[in-house]
Amino acid sequence: MHKVLFAACLGAVAAFAAGAANANDELIKMQQNPKDWVMPAGNYANQRYSELKQITAANVGKLQVAWTFSTGVLRGHEGGPLVIGNMMYVHTPFPNIVYALDLANENKIVWKYEPKQDPNVIPVMCCDTVNRGVAYADGKIFLHQADTTLVALDAKTGKVEWSVKNGDPGKGGTGTSAPLVVKDKVLVGISGGEFGVQCHVTAYDLKSGKQVWRAFSEGPDDQIMVDPVKTTELGKPVGKDSSIKTWQGDQWKIGGGCTWGWLSYDPALNMVYYGSGNPSTWNPKQRPGDNKWSMTIFARNPDTGMANWVYQMTPHDEWDYDGVNEMILSDQDMGGQARKLLTHFDRNGLGYTLDRATGELLVAEKYDPKVNWTSGVDMNKSSPTYGRPKVVAQYSTESGGEDHNSKGICPAALGTKDEQPAAYSPDTKLFYVPTNHVCMDYEPFKVSYTAGQPYVGATLSMYPPPGDSHMGNFIAWDNTTGKIAWSNKEQFSVWSGALATAGGVVFYGTLEGYIKAVDAKTGKELYKFKTPSGIIGNVTTYEQGGRQYIAVLSGVGGWAGIGLAAGLTDPTAGLGAVGGYAALTNYTALGGALTVFALPQ
Amino acid sequence: MRSISCVAALMVAVMFGSHAFADGPGDPAAVKNEDGKYFDKEGNPTFKVTDGSVDWYTYSGYRRYHSECHVCHGPDGEGSSYAPALKHSVESMDYGHFLEVVASGRKNVNASQNNVMPAFGDNPNVSCYLDDLYVYLRARSVDAVGRVRPAKHDDKPPAAQQAEDSCMGKK
Repeated sequence: MHKVLFAACLGAVAAFAAGAANANDELIKMQQNPKDWVMPAGNYANQRYSELKQITAANVGKLQVAWTFSTGVLRGHEGGPLVIGNMMYVHTPFPNIVYALDLANENKIVWKYEPKQDPNVIPVMCCDTVNRGVAYADGKIFLHQADTTLVALDAKTGKVEWSVKNGDPGKGGTGTSAPLVVKDKVLVGISGGEFGVQCHVTAYDLKSGKQVWRAFSEGPDDQIMVDPVKTTELGKPVGKDSSIKTWQGDQWKIGGGCTWGWLSYDPALNMVYYGSGNPSTWNPKQRPGDNKWSMTIFARNPDTGMANWVYQMTPHDEWDYDGVNEMILSDQDMGGQARKLLTHFDRNGLGYTLDRATGELLVAEKYDPKVNWTSGVDMNKSSPTYGRPKVVAQYSTESGGEDHNSKGICPAALGTKDEQPAAYSPDTKLFYVPTNHVCMDYEPFKVSYTAGQPYVGATLSMYPPPGDSHMGNFIAWDNTTGKIAWSNKEQFSVWSGALATAGGVVFYGTLEGYIKAVDAKTGKELYKFKTPSGIIGNVTTYEQGGRQYIAVLSGVGGWAGIGLAAGLTDPTAGLGAVGGYAALTNYTALGGALTVFALPQ
Repeated sequence: MRSISCVAALMVAVMFGSHAFADGPGDPAAVKNEDGKYFDKEGNPTFKVTDGSVDWYTYSGYRRYHSECHVCHGPDGEGSSYAPALKHSVESMDYGHFLEVVASGRKNVNASQNNVMPAFGDNPNVSCYLDDLYVYLRARSVDAVGRVRPAKHDDKPPAAQQAEDSCMGKK
């Protein structure tokens, strides 16, 4: 008996040691525990789905505020907290504070980390000082600071274990994205597409912070880590110099293609997925060519960094339709066949479904019917333009040329959807997508590049689609057919990440500050509550002491805080626009706060 | 000695602050036209709107503003969730002060604010168009130009093209 117990203990110790040596096994297990929220998107598949079902469509109307927490920071709060056991980790925009709260002990602050950063990084951040959250693995919390420092903190004490610089804010590189830990590496991207940064995804060793690999979005084959023969696009090898031959001269060196969105991971296929952003500058005339691999979905081997496949959604971008939005992984039946799918809602207004093992394009359809810059993607496999979007000449800022104002382009530069992540429910097989319903005029003009200075090169103005007065929709999407199942109008762009639950409820926040709960099947609104400030954070759920909680960060800002603060203008109405062009400042003010909800006891 | 220099510094700060608030840009009426560029009675650049058509520099300022400034200060000089509405800022700022802030930047970092404006003096996309930005915002501050893109504008004067080419280093 004694011996047996000893052997069992030994086994447990061995398992623990193995777990510590390979964070992947630990994380794969932890992400399956619905009581925790161990990575920014809930799980490696980026589904933002929880199996918790204490809160249901029938009782969500009784939801109450359980507790609140002020972050002490005013600017735009993106992302959401992590929950691991009794601990919750809350992050803030610049100065990038991390709070560790003890959920079992009156939500007391166990530790607080506040880095000292040079405030000169603030104006280098395009579109507010946002941060999309921290990652956890191996007893450490990983934070990607505004100044691009990636820091590993002891999850118990907040003590810095290591830190490494991921970029150069002096040249416009900044940190806004959440890292993702895969096996023994911390993967992180970089922001700076409006500053001409040659952007990249970099893997650092989990234990030491030492750089293991770095894959740029554009450049020579060794820098972008593609194999001319083995790396494919739409089933064909990409060939030699696939990136640099699509740029004029050395322009790729200031080419953008930034990687500030979300990463996802399929352990069975051993591939990580992410998208790259706009090519710099916004003036397409100034950078002839397809500008590969900006605006691209990448599938890479996390061990080596080498690309398995790529797919460029918007070759030679003319509208700032960054391709950084999250890749959501799901296993579904499609055409009577079990498939490993990747679903992506691009800024360009198309919802893509691909086979994530091969990169085969299965569906590319508009997820807002007002999208007009393209008449659709060429799905004919034998066509020379297979996989390319067909651009409508009227809305091409390239064919309009410099100093020509192309009018009525839908969507606007902020996209039909931006970084705010969608959710997928395996129960309904639907994707729940926060969207923008905004169009624009876009006029490109010549700009010169100065390191560390904005490199934009276009003037734009934004407004709701003609005939509409609402600026957002919250939709349910069928990724196998490319059709909208239901759509709820929202006065403002929906800039909050969604959450789907096994209780049949979907949650999201609005820019006015409401958290809303809707029926997953019908979209019917079941509950709303106005939080202290506009919501650009992502909704999270966890279980503590037998109760299910719903948590969300408020704190208006980000792109939405810039574009919508004063309200949009109606180009046809002239002065004194009213109604749907309302100013966000009439509804909400700054302030970072976490609001946590539960059913009454 | 140390306390004296502190007081002196404080006085300078106070004077500077009051100076900034006291001296608005004055009457924006254009009294002079030099090759399509308009000036007020103080000799500072200003806008000119004739039958709904704006002068070239105001139009150019609209474009440059919406490329370089609006990512923080919001569309049409209206401000964002964190950066001030420049159409109001120029009400209490004279021409010289405006140039100084754009060229050198400013910092307002404390317990409640993290506002930093970078120095644009070395950025030709801004520094070559300082007067354009100024007259556009000046026009916005008195609502001589509305929130939308100016519907009509004067042709680009040859002088503007020459100045642009030489400032942007175009051969």
